[in-house]
Formats: sequence, C-alpha cells, structure tokens
Amino acid sequence: MTFQEIILALQKYWADQHCIIAQPYDVEKGAGTMSPYTFLKALGPEPWRIAYVEPSRRPADARYGENPNRLYQHHQFQVILKPSPDNVQDLYLGSLKALGIDPVRHDIRFVEDNWEAPTLGAWGLGWEVWLDGMEITQYTYFQQVGSIDCQLESAELTYGLERIAMYIQEINNVFDIEWVSGIKYGDVFRTAEFEHSKYSFEEADTGLLFTLFDQYEREAKRLLDKGIILPAYDYVLKCSHTFNILDARKAISVTERTGFIGRVRNLARLVAQGYLKQREEMGYPLLNKVVFGGEENE
Amino acid sequence: MSKDLLFEIGAEEIPANYMPATLKQVRDISEAMLKNNRIAYEDIKTYGTPRRIVLFIKGIAEQQADLEELVKGPSVKAAYDENGNPSKALLGFLKGQKAELGDVFIKELSGVEYVYYKKQERGKPVKEVLKTLLPDILTSISFPKSMKWGNKSFRFARPVRWLVPILGDELIEFDKDGIQCSRYTKGHRVLSQGNIEIKNASEYFDKLRAGFVIADQEERRSLIRRQCEELAREIGGEVLMDEDLLEEIVYLVEYPTALIGGFEAEYLRLPKEVVITPMKEHQRYFPVVDKSGKLMNHFITVRNGDSRFLETVKEGNEKVLKARLADADFFYREDRKESLDNYVEKLKNAVFQETLGTIYDKTQRIAATAEYLAVVSGLSEDGKKNLLRAAYLCKADLVTNMVKEFDELQGIMGKEYALLQGEDKEVAEAIFEHYLPRFAGDCTPETLIGSILSISDKMDTICGCFAIGIQPTGSQDPYALRRQAIGVTAIILDNSVFLGLSDLIETSLKPFALKGILKGDERSIKRDIIEFFRQRFKNVMIDRGFEYDIIDAVINAGFDDIYDSYLKIRELSKWKNRDEFLNILGSFNRVSNLASKAKSPEINESLFTEKAELELLHAFGKVNAEFEDCVNNREYEKALKLMITLKKPIDDFFDSIMVMVEDEGIRNNRLGLLKSIENMMIKIADLSVVVVNKIS
Repeated sequence: MTFQEIILALQKYWADQHCIIAQPYDVEKGAGTMSPYTFLKALGPEPWRIAYVEPSRRPADARYGENPNRLYQHHQFQVILKPSPDNVQDLYLGSLKALGIDPVRHDIRFVEDNWEAPTLGAWGLGWEVWLDGMEITQYTYFQQVGSIDCQLESAELTYGLERIAMYIQEINNVFDIEWVSGIKYGDVFRTAEFEHSKYSFEEADTGLLFTLFDQYEREAKRLLDKGIILPAYDYVLKCSHTFNILDARKAISVTERTGFIGRVRNLARLVAQGYLKQREEMGYPLLNKVVFGGEENE
Repeated sequence: MSKDLLFEIGAEEIPANYMPATLKQVRDISEAMLKNNRIAYEDIKTYGTPRRIVLFIKGIAEQQADLEELVKGPSVKAAYDENGNPSKALLGFLKGQKAELGDVFIKELSGVEYVYYKKQERGKPVKEVLKTLLPDILTSISFPKSMKWGNKSFRFARPVRWLVPILGDELIEFDKDGIQCSRYTKGHRVLSQGNIEIKNASEYFDKLRAGFVIADQEERRSLIRRQCEELAREIGGEVLMDEDLLEEIVYLVEYPTALIGGFEAEYLRLPKEVVITPMKEHQRYFPVVDKSGKLMNHFITVRNGDSRFLETVKEGNEKVLKARLADADFFYREDRKESLDNYVEKLKNAVFQETLGTIYDKTQRIAATAEYLAVVSGLSEDGKKNLLRAAYLCKADLVTNMVKEFDELQGIMGKEYALLQGEDKEVAEAIFEHYLPRFAGDCTPETLIGSILSISDKMDTICGCFAIGIQPTGSQDPYALRRQAIGVTAIILDNSVFLGLSDLIETSLKPFALKGILKGDERSIKRDIIEFFRQRFKNVMIDRGFEYDIIDAVINAGFDDIYDSYLKIRELSKWKNRDEFLNILGSFNRVSNLASKAKSPEINESLFTEKAELELLHAFGKVNAEFEDCVNNREYEKALKLMITLKKPIDDFFDSIMVMVEDEGIRNNRLGLLKSIENMMIKIADLSVVVVNKIS
C-alpha cells in the first residue's frame, strides 16, 4: 500500500462512518488537534464527525532530513467522533482492517496513555494503540479543551501516517516510504526538511519573530474584543508556531518559556469562551444534523 | 438456600496499574455492603482483565436477614406531658420510625426512663436488594484518574460498555445511565465473535475460557510465568523475571501467549541497563540471561492472543526493539563525542523550576551543602575533592541524548560516561548513588560521598520548594518531596550519623534567602520544613515497627537530630514493657501535670523545710548532672536507669507534701523543683504520651 493509498483508504473508511472528509487547515500547527475542526468543535453540545489529514510542524524535531524517524513536518490522520459512539473501539479496529492490518494476525493493545496539551489548556484520557509493540495511534477521550470542561465528550483518533506506512511497507527509513509507485517520501519532502531545519535552527530572525509574536497576540485580542472568533484563532495558531520556532532556535530563556506558554493558553481559553458564546447565540445549529446521527427537525 | 452471584463490569481497556487496587476496592465495598444489608454469603472473590472487573460471590443468601433493633426515643419526662399525652418530641420520634403510639414501651437506662421502639423489618429477597446495591458498587469505585463519557452521571477509569449481573440463573435487571444489564458478555476482542450468553453464574469462567479470556488473574500470572520460563529454557537461558512488570502484563492481556524474539548480538556491547531499559520500560519485554547471568540477545514478550501468526507478531516486535536499540546505540556514540563538562555547560539552559533557576544553579547549591556536610562528617581532603567533582557532574547526563530519550537511565549514564572519560571511580559511583533511594525499599548509597551528595540534592529540592511555597498538599506532591525526605531520613539512619536538621536546613535554604525569593519569612519556612521531616520520620519509624506513643513521646519532646531521635525511640521501646518503667509513668505524670503550673524552674533551697521535699531535692541533685552527661553522650539506657531512681522520692513527695499551698513563695519553690525534674526528663522524652497497655 502506498502512502497515498493509505490516506485514501482511511478517508474512504471514515467517510463511510458518516465523517466529513475535510482538507488540512491552512495555518501552521504542531498537531491535528490544533485545527479549529477539532479544537473548537470539541466544545459545546453540538455533535461533530470529521476526518482529515493534518501536516504537523514541529521545528524542534527537525533533523535536516538525516534522521530516519524524525521530521520537521509529519502527517497525522485525525478523526473526531462527537459524541463518542459506544462502539468506537470497534470502529477503530475496522479502520485498521481497511489498511490491510487484520487484528487476528497481529497483537493489538490499548496501553494507557493520557494526553495533555498545556498550550491549549486541553487534556483527555485514553491509550496509545500498539501494533505488535509499535505505537501507531493516539486515542483520546477529550475531557477539557481551552480550559473548559467538555460538555459532550469526543473521541479523538490520531494516526501517525508515516509510522503506519513504514510498518506496512516494511522499511526502516521514513524517506524511503513509497508515496506512489516510483515516487518516494524523500523525493517530495527531503529538501523541505533540510531547509526548514536550517531555518529553524540557524536562520530564523529571532528579533522579527518576537515582534511577530507580540503583534499576533495583539491582533488576536483585538479581534476577540470585537467578537470575531475564527480569525482570532488563526492568530493564536500563529503565536503558537512562532513560539515553536523561537523555542527550536533556543531564543527563549528558561524563565521566559512558561510565560510564553501561558500567553498562548490564555488566548486559547479566550477563543474557546468566545466560540461557545457565539454558538449559543446561533442556537447551536449543528444540534440536529442527521448526518452526525441526530434527527433532522424538519 | 443460597446461590452464586456474578457481576461483570465490561469496560474499554482499564489501565493495567489501576487493577490490583481496584479489585481490592470492589471486594471491600461489596463486603461492607453485604454486611450493612444483612446478606449472608460464603466467599467474595474479585477478578480482573483489561476489559472487565468481576465480582463473584459464592453462596449468597436468597433472603436478607430480618432486622430487629431497639431504637431509643426521648426520655419519659420529655415524651409525655403532665396529662400523659404524647409530646412533640415523642410524636416526632414516632414519625421518624413510622411507628404507632401503641408500639413503644418504656425501659430504664442508667436510672432514667426512656421510650423505646423495637424496630423490625422483614428481610427482602436479595435479588431485589441487589438492584440498588450493584449500581452503587459500580459508582463507588474510585480510580487515580477517571473520565466522563456519553452524558453519564458517574465517572469511571474508561467507558463502561456492558454489565452482566446474574444471581444463580436469574438476570438482575437494572439500568445505569443507559447501560443495560444483560446476559451477554464479550470474549476476546479479536479471537471471539459476537456475544457470549451466560445462563448461570457458575458457567461464567468456562464460557469465557471458550471465548479466549482467562478471567482469573492468578491463572494468567502462573501461565505467563511458566511460558516465559519454558521459552528461556529452550535457548539455554533464564528469564529475568520482574514481578512488577509481570503484574502489569497480567492486566494487559486476556489470553496470554508468550513468544521469544531476538536482536543483533552487537548491541550487547552497550551497557546492560541501556539494553534492558527500552525492553522493559518501553516495550514490556522480559530480558533473558544465560547461566552465568549475562544478558542474552533475546527477549520475551507476551501477546494478547493465541499462537496463530506468532511469527508476524514476533517480527513486528523485533523490528520495534531494533529501532530502539539502534537509537540507543546512536545516542551512546553521539553522547561520548562531548565530555561531561560540556554537558554541565548545557545545564545552564535546562530549567529545574522557574523560580528556582536552572539545573546548573541547582548543582552549585548542591555543592555548597555538600561542602558543609563534608566538614560535619570529617571527610578527607581527597574525599572532598571527589565530592565536589561529583557535585559538579552529577546532573550532566540529564542533557545527554540517552537520558533525554530514556529518563530512567539518569545517574546510570552519568556514572558510565564518567568512567569512560577517566573520572575517579569514587566520583562515578557518587553520580549514580546520588539518586538513591529512587523508590520505597530501594537501597541507599554505599559510599560516604554518594550519601552526602544524595542528601544535598534532596535537601536542595525540599528547601527550594518550601522556600517558594510549593510544598506538598494532600495528594499533590509534584516534586516528590515526601519521597525525598524519606530518602534523606533513610540515608541518615543507614549511616548512623548525628546531624542537626535545623543547621542542615539553614545551609540548604541560604542560597534562596540570598537570592531574595523566599515566600514568607525564613524562620517559619524553616519550621515548616522541620515539621515536614518530623512527619516523615514518624512514618519511617512506624514502618520499622515502633509504636506510635513511643515515637510521639520522643519527637514531641524535641526533634532536630534524626539518628539521635531514633536511638531514643529504640531505647525507650526496650523499656516500655518492663514493670519498673511502667511503674514510674504515673509518678512522672504527676510531676508533669503540676510542672505545667510552674512559672520557672528556679529553686530556693532555703525554702525547703519538709523532709520529703528535701529528699527529693537531694535525689534530683544527685542524678541531674550525671543524667545530663549521659544524654550528652547519648547513653540513654544509663540515663533511664538514673531516672528510675527518682520514683520513690517523687512518690514520697506527693504522699506527704501539699504543693499548691497559700504561701506563694513556698508554692513556687515546690513547683520549681517539679519543673526542674520535668526539664530533665524531657531531654529524652515526653513520657506523658506513653500509653500503658498493661492493665494493672
């Protein structure tokens, strides 16, 4: 199975389970959870089912394209099921079958792993899923997002696409993953990996980035004051990514670090509150959408 | 007539380390409930797998026992008015008991007549009672972390998906927040298809076995043990069994099948811990050693499933381990490209705690305390040189690649890299030892330098956290200060050293005071830390089998030197059950009671005129100086013997002397004498808290 067939198979499978298949959100982020499709939609009483690929940037993990396992940018396949259906584990195992991984032939385990994202004020309980001893998925029941208790708990499934591909294709170097026949992962990304590594560790203009952080934060607050939530959240994401680059560049001192994380978390909380208020004012329009398993009013 | 009761709670995979405590809880909760509800039974057992918590009660009665209870009401005086009519109080009582006026009768209690009611309740069928008890069990279990899901009103470790409560062959029907009870359980997640019907409680275990689930944890445990031993034997080795890991695996699998895998022998060049850590901590594999105890290039893992397709599972696991070992090997080579001294520089960028500064700052503070302890313990000049070198290097490995990836290897890599770069063996050993003891029951450092370093590091963390107000509260102890204080205590006791805690605390607290980051005034912080140690010390002593009252007697009288307090407790415990000692307690208690009224221990000898008081004065004068010498020399046995000689003069004194006389001068003088005696006793212990077990 090629990298792209894996994505297509997962999309098909989750589309059949009544998920919206969305496209990656176009602001830089460190994980699929940070997409507004997850972060915001996990809040409030409205149901939601979505699946999407999310390119996730982690400047500190950059390795100039030389490490067989670590990347500046990797790909997550993210699924949100809200509320979490009773058979969510079976649905998950079904998705592995769709990838040609027959649970009977393997050893699949759910090993306790509790997820937490301090910058988002978010946490949940769940597992990492092991396939013959390898972690392939993070599985979480959200309990709090944006420092707010989840009213209707979501199940979040995050597949590490590169890991799964390396397992299925039986290779040891991420750059050898076959994207499609004849084109390897390295052909697509190696230069980007090198250049982003160089940028993150050597070239990033820290003075500029500090200024940008402040400006993004100010803009987010200004928009929040006006009740304009979604653009405000984009600026929160930008703050977060800017912080990540500064962190990778070791430009943030030990004592400043907590302060920066606190600033992002504070913004995330304000956005979460603003979003909830907005949805309430709109009368929670997704409440009875039949596609998510609810009953249409009309 | 009795039946068996099965109550199975089916859930998504419950964290393995929750299970042992959970099963005990379910047992205890059920036991209490049955007792409170007057339900007889033969035996309670609990079983657990990752997906189920099972309560199995053998021989449970079908009917609750009848209740017969005498309930006391108001006194007759309060129950009726002068005309014999019931008062408000009596009517209220009747209403509360759902009784009629004719139901009550009068009975005397300690000379007062009261109204009584004989409460009788027919026992209900157990089947009915269980409908409310079983849901209560479900919601009474508490977990270290629990979650909400699907709009349920209660929390659980992970979502509950099914409930199977069966009494004999009857289904007990109730609905808990939409989770329906049924006869249908589930077998192994992938090996068993569909639901399994449980017709009666006693067939449960066999039915599950047919569904590839071994419900009894003890059976799984011995099965895994045997499988592992056999596999190891086949390759001429022995499995390196670890009971904690075994217990975790027991609760990670429902149908265990062990398998053996291998890795390239070249990785055996790595330090043993570097190979074992990823195996055990990360992959839950058992290492295998040969007959001479040397690590072999094999591992044993336990699959949750049967023996089909074992080769695939084995290959997958081998691949994962290989990647981990390749990482470790890479880190090991990379790390050695730089000296530990270079890593120390990098500690300047590693945060220990926001206010307390970097880990580098911490090593400097550790060195200062270590230097103080070197002087106190009379360490040689060479020893001191090594100590300071070890203090400088002790945290360097935290920023190596290896420890960043496998944090369990802290200290172990530090020692390894120190030896490789030619540091003195004593330095290397101290780097490893300064983390000891790492957990309850772990060994303490063997070398003096390691001990000093370990105490210095732990004192720095404790004092630093107290300094900025982040001491432990309730279950919150993020810097594991309790464990560290217990560690310090254990090291001091194992080394039999006398050490003033307040001086040590002052030394460790000084850098924070100088930096001006104390939250609160220094004296109260110091007092809090001593109090913190006093509590830990008490727990350590209780763990070592000493009695509460003896411990309290000693540490209430004064607590600054841990080893000294221990010696007092040890001595006093020896004396506790001797008649000669028990006999003096009463005498000394009388002394203490009156001494508390004394303004000062001052004595004016010329004011003593009675024979008994003069005799007590002389007896006290005779032993006082010697007693003090004994205490200073920590000869507590001798001191106690001296103390006992005062019994007779004290008793005679109380027999013939009236202390609280009108004349203030005489009164204060007598009180002063008693106070002086108390002041002497208190140098060993506050005997007033010793509990006399013996009834004489």
